[in-house]
Amino acid sequence: MGSVTRRQFGVAAAGTLALSALPRPLRAEAAKLKVGLLLPRSGLQALIGQSCQKGADVAPELLRQRLGVDVELMNADTESNVDTARSRAERLIEQGAHVLVGAFDSGHTSAIAQVAEQRGVPFIVNIAAAPQITEQGYKFVFRNFPPAPEIGRNGLVLLGDIFREAKVEPKTAVFMHVNDTFGQSMAKGVAALLPKVSLPFKLLDTIPYDPAAKDLTVEVSKAKATNAELLLLVCRLNDAIVLRREMVKQRWSPMGVVSPGSPGLYEEQFSKGLGKYADYCITNTVWFNPKNEITHAFAAAFKKRFPKDEFAFHAINASYTFDALLIAADACKRAKTTDRKALADAIRQTNIPATDRVTFGGPIKFNAKGQVEGDASMVIQNLKGKPTVVLPKEYSEGKLVFPMPKVG
Amino acid sequence: MPALSHVANAAVSGVLTGTVYGLMALGLSAIFGVIRLVNFAHGELMTLAMYVAVVAFQGLALDPFVTMIGAAAVFGALGYALQRGFINRFVGRPEHSQMLLMIALAMILGNALLLGFGPDARNVPTSYQLDSFELGPMLLDKARVYAAGAAVIATSLLAAFFRLTLTGKAIRACADNPIGARVAGLPVAHLYAVTFGLGAASVAVAGCAMVPLIDVTPGLGPGYTLLAFVIVILGGLGSMVGALLGGVVIGVSEALAGVLITPSAKSMVSFGLLVLILLARPQGLMGAARR
Repeated sequence: MGSVTRRQFGVAAAGTLALSALPRPLRAEAAKLKVGLLLPRSGLQALIGQSCQKGADVAPELLRQRLGVDVELMNADTESNVDTARSRAERLIEQGAHVLVGAFDSGHTSAIAQVAEQRGVPFIVNIAAAPQITEQGYKFVFRNFPPAPEIGRNGLVLLGDIFREAKVEPKTAVFMHVNDTFGQSMAKGVAALLPKVSLPFKLLDTIPYDPAAKDLTVEVSKAKATNAELLLLVCRLNDAIVLRREMVKQRWSPMGVVSPGSPGLYEEQFSKGLGKYADYCITNTVWFNPKNEITHAFAAAFKKRFPKDEFAFHAINASYTFDALLIAADACKRAKTTDRKALADAIRQTNIPATDRVTFGGPIKFNAKGQVEGDASMVIQNLKGKPTVVLPKEYSEGKLVFPMPKVG
Repeated sequence: MPALSHVANAAVSGVLTGTVYGLMALGLSAIFGVIRLVNFAHGELMTLAMYVAVVAFQGLALDPFVTMIGAAAVFGALGYALQRGFINRFVGRPEHSQMLLMIALAMILGNALLLGFGPDARNVPTSYQLDSFELGPMLLDKARVYAAGAAVIATSLLAAFFRLTLTGKAIRACADNPIGARVAGLPVAHLYAVTFGLGAASVAVAGCAMVPLIDVTPGLGPGYTLLAFVIVILGGLGSMVGALLGGVVIGVSEALAGVLITPSAKSMVSFGLLVLILLARPQGLMGAARR
């Protein structure tokens, strides 16, 4: 038997010590990245929450193939309730989530952000537009979704593009918006931005309404009474259906129903619930990038997993949720650890090129406040029962119809 | 100031909606007026009736206004059985006992609906759902007109029952003097059960009438229970005409507040009106004054 020299023993001992000092994931067995996913899968926002969940369900396999990171989803239902959102976030952290992702609703997201910051757990916001989420000086909260004023500004600027493309300019408009955290943020943004953006119409009235209202007769009646040529709308899903139905009943046909950036009009339930009356409604909003290879891969995986679902109806919800998980997995890959603080540091250094994200925008890079800047909007119009990109022209999938045909 | 036609349109719409609200509250008023039981599950019963209409439309292509006849009969029978077999044991017990029983029933029903139908909103897309009658400058929602018509017919039938039939008169006797009714040999337990059955039947009619107007979700119950209470208190406990009038007052005040002030003020104005009326007439609009 050969003998071991002191030099050889010393090298072996040093190697063993070095290995034992390193974080677990560098060892032969790979650790799973536990992602606590908080979404409103029941309650008022159930349909949208479930749509986000579908994007998340497709993500682990795709992320494993593309990044070699094993993502384990820990799903939690916020029940469209802010107190439940907070308590579920705390529970996920207790159960060992390395990072949190969520939560669609701005109110819920704010509550979860407080918990994440207090507990030192990185929290990647998939969708939530209230600007204050990334204005609190948090170190563990990150958002790849534009704040409401930015969505509103992009949405208003695109109005000008619509009028130029259609060669038609409405002279007057009425603005209706949901009276919740998101709606009020958007309303403030629109009020502040409208004078700065050169648009040809005069805003005649602003009408807030309860997103949980079952009857919007009075609100629509008041909007119709302004005789405005354009309806600007910031809405959710169920109220959008109620409102559009009421417009048809009251035979109110403005030139267009345009959202400067809110959910509702492009959702599947809106089109299926209203049939032909859903067509021609427009949303200027963030969307997936139809030209990126990763988008095609994601859409194909989505179609394979959910063959009965039309991907376009889940464009924003599924795509932004996927990109949030992409950010988490990318950070884990670079950090080579699931340690929460190290993950947060890695997320801060994220630099995913514009071509490597599903959603439409520039590179995913967080500023000092944890916010990605430069996400752009597109003009999405419901055509033949499907949300379709109509502007910018280089990405268009269909032709813009403006003004919309009259009803009744 | 909005145009007169716009205000008139809103007022008429408020009357039509209020009539259906009144029918919904009628059942609660009858149950409390006779049995002295506060039915906290009232809104959930109405939501259940709405789901029955949805299922009948989706499964059998039955219009809700046709379904309401069968639904009234079934709910009436179920209400009778529920009162006779179960709730009756709590009549005469302390009020907090009754209250907890009905709240528990409400929660069981609400969660059963959530389990059975899921959280997604359901709708009954009738052929007339998006149509309107045109009367000069006014546009009246067809579904709302039909709903109000059904509510008026149902209320009239209920009023006729209580005024003209022997059973109806016996129920009124129980309401006026339950001890005297027992002494006179009236079958009080049976009459209470008939009353609960009638209350359940009227809420079934109201639910079927409402379903072409709004989307159904399992969580509608508590809102309707609160609304029914407000209407019953406003109209006067135990008064059927009061319940109908209370519903119309709420419907019209909400509509006019929305048009003349702002839509966000609808509930504020209608509840403010409730407070004012109760200050002036604590017994409600049509309730009997306390001696």
